[in-house]
Amino acid sequence: MTKLAQWLWGLALLGSTWAALTTGALGLELPLSCREVLWSLPAYLLVSAGCYALGTVGYRVATFHDCEDAARELQSQIQEARADLARRGMRF
Amino acid sequence: MASGEASGLSTRSPREPEPRTPRQDKYSVLLPTYNERENLPLIVWLLVKSFSESGFNYEIIIIDDGSPDGTRDVAEQLEKIYGSDKILLRPREQKLGLGTAYIHGVKHATGNHIIIMDADLSHHPKFIPEFIRKQKEGNFDIVSGTRYKGNGGVYGWDLKRKIISRGANFITQILLRPGASDLTGSFRLYRKEVLQKLIEKCVSKGYVFQMEMIVRARQLNYTVGEVPISFVDRVYGESKLGGNEIVSFLKGLLTLFATT
Repeated sequence: MTKLAQWLWGLALLGSTWAALTTGALGLELPLSCREVLWSLPAYLLVSAGCYALGTVGYRVATFHDCEDAARELQSQIQEARADLARRGMRF
Repeated sequence: MASGEASGLSTRSPREPEPRTPRQDKYSVLLPTYNERENLPLIVWLLVKSFSESGFNYEIIIIDDGSPDGTRDVAEQLEKIYGSDKILLRPREQKLGLGTAYIHGVKHATGNHIIIMDADLSHHPKFIPEFIRKQKEGNFDIVSGTRYKGNGGVYGWDLKRKIISRGANFITQILLRPGASDLTGSFRLYRKEVLQKLIEKCVSKGYVFQMEMIVRARQLNYTVGEVPISFVDRVYGESKLGGNEIVSFLKGLLTLFATT
């Protein structure tokens, strides 16, 4: 099953469960407070997912490691390499 | 090879590589180049240094696509300096793309492991011994360098570039759940037969090609290990990441999402 198919299945399952519960199609009499929460659950989850995404990406950008040492080391190795290669007969 | 000569009656042709025991692991580094006259000597020097210090057996295969800037001349000088058993020149007439460069390189590789990396000094050969150790440790089919985990990281990226990179990676993780943290990275160690199998199956280009390799590898139940690497970007100033690239990345991502 492709990832797209998995997502569609998952959404269909959750969606139909939610629809069944909120429209009372299964004949279940849930207390009013439960049904109110259920009704706004998809919107709530969507907003939460958006916040989670922004927060996660923001955190990862902020903690993205800057390799200053690697850049410095590379610079000095470039000098060393050029000198060594010139000694061995490289014409740049 | 010493063992072939000792038997005396070997019927193997001299060009055919002998099957390798773990003690005889050999690592072929593929370096596709286009206009890398400045960087090629430096990357080769760093590779030679890294392999000599760690003692692993290696060869470097330079696949130049008819660079007009004299890259080939530089490659020939390197072959003279380091020997044609270590530096293999396998050029092509024109710029033909990365996938075919890998195919071409693998055909000529005598190692049982292949290392792919960028030739522009953004990938540092000092990580290769770590890749090799990781591969042996977990008997991995693929070891991928990651900029996003451990003390992996980047130098030379501004805020915008970092946001795009992390954002794209986040979406990729959510949609593809690939089991590897850095999908667009191209610093990897593959078992030779694994790379051959994967190239056959992959159809995308550019960033998406690297992503597709890992996704297909997981489909085929290959194991992927990761090693944090540092990526030193010296060419970002030449705007490698325009709107076009982003659009084609998203198109490729959605294609992988819908077809794998």
